[in-house]
Amino acid sequence: MNLKLKIWRQKDANTKGKMVEYPIAGIEEDMSFLEMLDVLNEELISKGEEPVEFDHDCREGICGACSLQINGEPHGPDRGVTTCQLHMRMFKDGDTITIEPFRATAFPVIKDLIVDRSSFDRIQQAGGFISVNTSGNTIDANSIPVNKDDADKSFNAATCIGCGACVAACKNASAMLFTAAKVSQFALLPQGQIEATDRVLNMVKQMDEEGFGNCSNTGACEIECPKGISLENIARMNREYLSASLKK
Amino acid sequence: MAVFDSNIPQGDLANKWVNHKNKINLVNPANKRNIDVIVVGTGLAGGSAAATLAELGYNVKTFCYQDSPRRAHSIAAQGGINAAKNYQGDGDSIYRLFYDTVKGGDYRSREANVYRLAEVSANIIDQCVAQGVPFAREYGGLLDNRSFGGVLVSRTFYAKGQTGQQLLLGAYAAMNRQINRGKIQSYNRHEMLDLVIVDGKARGIIARNLVTGEIERHAAHAVVVASGGYGNVFFLSTNAMGSNVTASWKIHKKGAYFANPCYTQIHPTCIPVSGDHQSKLTLMSESLRNDGRIWVPKKKEDAEAIRQGKLKPTELAEEDRDYYLERRYPSFGNLVPRDVASRAAKERCDAGFGVNKTGEAVFLDFASAIMRYGKEQAAIHGNHNPSETEMRELGEKVIENKYGNLFQMYEKIVDENPYKTPMKIYPAVHYTMGGIWVDYNLMTTIPGCYAAGEANFSDHGANRLGASALMQGLADGYFVLPYTIGDYLSQDIRTGKISTESPEFEAAEKAVKDQIEKLVANKGKHSVDHYHKKLGKIMWNKCGMARNAKGLEEAITEIRELREDFHKNVLIPGSANSKNSELEKALRVADFLELGELFAKDALHRNESCGGHFREEYQTEEGEAKRDDENFKYVAAWEYKGAPSDAVLHKENLEYKNIELKTRSYK
Repeated sequence: MNLKLKIWRQKDANTKGKMVEYPIAGIEEDMSFLEMLDVLNEELISKGEEPVEFDHDCREGICGACSLQINGEPHGPDRGVTTCQLHMRMFKDGDTITIEPFRATAFPVIKDLIVDRSSFDRIQQAGGFISVNTSGNTIDANSIPVNKDDADKSFNAATCIGCGACVAACKNASAMLFTAAKVSQFALLPQGQIEATDRVLNMVKQMDEEGFGNCSNTGACEIECPKGISLENIARMNREYLSASLKK
Repeated sequence: MAVFDSNIPQGDLANKWVNHKNKINLVNPANKRNIDVIVVGTGLAGGSAAATLAELGYNVKTFCYQDSPRRAHSIAAQGGINAAKNYQGDGDSIYRLFYDTVKGGDYRSREANVYRLAEVSANIIDQCVAQGVPFAREYGGLLDNRSFGGVLVSRTFYAKGQTGQQLLLGAYAAMNRQINRGKIQSYNRHEMLDLVIVDGKARGIIARNLVTGEIERHAAHAVVVASGGYGNVFFLSTNAMGSNVTASWKIHKKGAYFANPCYTQIHPTCIPVSGDHQSKLTLMSESLRNDGRIWVPKKKEDAEAIRQGKLKPTELAEEDRDYYLERRYPSFGNLVPRDVASRAAKERCDAGFGVNKTGEAVFLDFASAIMRYGKEQAAIHGNHNPSETEMRELGEKVIENKYGNLFQMYEKIVDENPYKTPMKIYPAVHYTMGGIWVDYNLMTTIPGCYAAGEANFSDHGANRLGASALMQGLADGYFVLPYTIGDYLSQDIRTGKISTESPEFEAAEKAVKDQIEKLVANKGKHSVDHYHKKLGKIMWNKCGMARNAKGLEEAITEIRELREDFHKNVLIPGSANSKNSELEKALRVADFLELGELFAKDALHRNESCGGHFREEYQTEEGEAKRDDENFKYVAAWEYKGAPSDAVLHKENLEYKNIELKTRSYK
């Protein structure tokens, strides 16, 4: 198929960016979206032009490196996938595809389609852990039984890949779903109880400091999340936050 | 300078590690504060090592090329992690895990290392559960297990098809706690480009900031390389796009021996290649072989009809299917080790029974598992006479619960529903057992330079068993390296801070800058990928699932020519002073082009078949690998001497005192 691509090009963080049009031909429907961009980049390189920079790594939907706002949607039109798993069979011959970086104050552009998501790391550093040293003589794993339903819910929250689609989907650029996923994972497990109060307060504080917006319950994050992280987690975090605030 | 001694402690196998830990020197907590350690790579091995070293009190700097430690490729491991917990009461033990691993590795690994791995495996599960890793559980609240290839017990712990992700996020969380305390400084979007040796000891690295292009000097008392494997030398593999050999190759060029480079794992169950545009291959977890049955049609004309789309696999009668693993290996069936399963798939496809348009695919079929589970579920719910539709519905739910994300991945890539029609799969490069040679303490032949996880060679011999990579990465990082490195660092308590203002740092930095300048100034004709894909084709065709002397000799010449062409004609647009992915790739491919040659040289010298290394000249009448213990029961450790072709072979003889050497049989 033949397509018209409109891609955000930006030299670096301090230079203004703009949309640039690239026609592209001979795209097969079995290609992934990133493989389509590989084809474009090979063409650009052969002409001696700089290729389009984008983040990607595992190309199987788990590392969370790839991003891209495709036709206005994080990770494009398909559901439950990251950009690297999006296939060209979702598009048709003659389509115009707009490709932009994830937009958020807390995700500044580094170059072209690459953004800096280290704000996510800092939220995790503020409290996204259980304080247990490596010792080799922690208690036996089966001495902490966990109700299967809670374990499954905790796992579902823990499958967040930290890609930032929730932020890019949100009109307020809120990171509530991302933060709530980690808070929930631990809130649902007995191991997470000891530090629950500080965890939620510290993570939310960091989230606010990074410049992420507020949650207004629109639910776009849940729809665009490639891992289907549920809004229930935000509700759970709000409960955790309220009870932690009362304790402090 | 090189120290080539395995340093295996004396005494009984079962007591070696305990005795060793009791004897090695410790560093006083106050002194640890004055000691710096660099960890390159933040996957399971690097992340867990960094966190543990920081907990102990050392000052740690971590480096990763990704934008966050959480993205290291350990995250993509799917099926599970082994541990000798014997929670299922099925006769598992430390000895059995040890035995299975040595046998699975086709008797080419070190007994003492493997025993230690089995010994600490149970601690890993305890540690991860304490960290809040949400492993799969049974209704009673206890941990669930499943089986992997090459074993007869259920010792694999898992978190659906995302076990690697959950374990890595556990190690990442442990790192985050230490970053928050200021004990780890994490340098993301940084790539190590050289090792700095001062007075014969590893004392730091040269790294490139991938955003600004700045070349940085970082000093430390010890350097740990945990940068993963080199499967991307094949271009197409299940590795991440950025996975590379550069850190390992740089230390090799500075004096670390490279062991068994030809031991590569070709994983039997991956989604087949669909076309030339393909950039990477996707694994379908080995855990699927718990429930999936592998088959091809019995008759060539049926295979032909399926390839042309005239016949659907579901229409083919049971008696017309060849469940070739069950036929050839009745006792292990679909759960034979990976090397055996991969070769069997290749054999059937080469014989003309392949089932996709390229003829390089076999079926992985869940139909009988779906019906079996469906019947069981119906009975549990009180329906003892279920209809076929009811059974199928219930069975599909069970399968979805176990492997949901894998089925979804498959459907998104292939556009076929694997609940309704069998998956098509084919072997692909997945893991490298070879790697940097290390002694029992995980130290390379360079004093103060360590290698952990997939980057080292130590535990899997010539073939790794499923769910053992996660085990080894975390064993090295959480439980082995933090002890053994202390023994070395105990000599450094009076050294004081290592300066980066030395001639050694100066020289290393200059060499890196020169290499980069040369690449960027090269106004060539072809992109980096052009060369990488060519290298991959040579490797796959001549150093892949089956190798022979003629092909390997050709590969050596072809790789050498390709490397020369690369340095003359590669084209890298943009500058060295900004984010430049082409430059990053070029630096990595330059190293792959050297490693590839050593790989072929190693494969050529090993005149036997063992594990993943299958030499066509050395096979039994039934097509099984034929080992030569008399002449090749050793680790091939290569010393760099200026060019891959000049590498000098050092042999570490392998002794088996606790296991009888046998021809591996899974029949």
